[in-house]
Amino acid sequence: MSLKTLWHRLGSPRWLYQMSASWVWVLGSLAAGLLLVGCVWGLAFAPADYQQGNSFRIIYIHVPTAIVAQSTYMLLGSAGLVLLVWRMKVADMVLATAVPFGMSMTALALFTGAVWGKPTWGTWWVWDARTTSMLVMLFLYFGLYALRQAIPREETAGRACAVLALLGTLNIPIIKYSVDWWLTLHQPATFKLTEAPSMPAEMWLPLAVNVVGIYCLLGAVVLAGLRLEILRRERDTQWVRGLVAAR
Amino acid sequence: MSFETFGDFMAMGDHGLYVWLSYGVSLVVIGANVLALRRRRRQFFRESRALERRRAANAE
Repeated sequence: MSLKTLWHRLGSPRWLYQMSASWVWVLGSLAAGLLLVGCVWGLAFAPADYQQGNSFRIIYIHVPTAIVAQSTYMLLGSAGLVLLVWRMKVADMVLATAVPFGMSMTALALFTGAVWGKPTWGTWWVWDARTTSMLVMLFLYFGLYALRQAIPREETAGRACAVLALLGTLNIPIIKYSVDWWLTLHQPATFKLTEAPSMPAEMWLPLAVNVVGIYCLLGAVVLAGLRLEILRRERDTQWVRGLVAAR
Repeated sequence: MSFETFGDFMAMGDHGLYVWLSYGVSLVVIGANVLALRRRRRQFFRESRALERRRAANAE
């Protein structure tokens, strides 16, 4: 299939619904398996940190949730752009359905960060660049959620959310570089594209497993939500009525 | 294994509370995401069947 046909077919909710059925299960099973392996590995088998002791094991849940929270936001920003430029229905559905997942992952990253901060920094919270920019992202997610609820006309709500999602992507590089640009208690990134991790492999491998696992979870949750959104918006079409009758 | 006994594993040095609190809350939040999807999907089909029954009743 050429890229152009794929692009056109992605615009067809019915095609997407039929194609994606098995993907939810594949991605969901991968996510469950990888996250189980990564967590058990990180909690029981990875060596303790020579400075932080065992509280460092929070990294195996803190970093994946923080990474996927930002990726989900980038997904929303991209969906917003596609919606504004091409008016693609599916983009609006992604924009509607990925918000709760991203919001809960941002909240988790902030929560596990606070719980990790207490034994490591001696405080639950500091107003520094990394934590504050993550908090800003949480409020952007709240905004996207509230905006969708507040505007009854679906088309208007979609376009308003698209604009907010796009504007909010400006915050992503600030989160990413906050630990390099400003003085902070937060440790620098574990994984960088340009250099090898500064941790030994038995410490970062379980983290890598969990990062891949949580991306599979993102895929499974967003696809499942998208499929539901397709059904809801196409409720009156023949093919959805047929599906309902067949159950 | 990084721990000698199961008790050591649960204690996590003296950081057990922090570690298990983080993982416990994460499990609940991830589980809630998955369960909410399942609940909404079932709700959709329940409501749609009810809608179809009303349509059929009206058509008679």
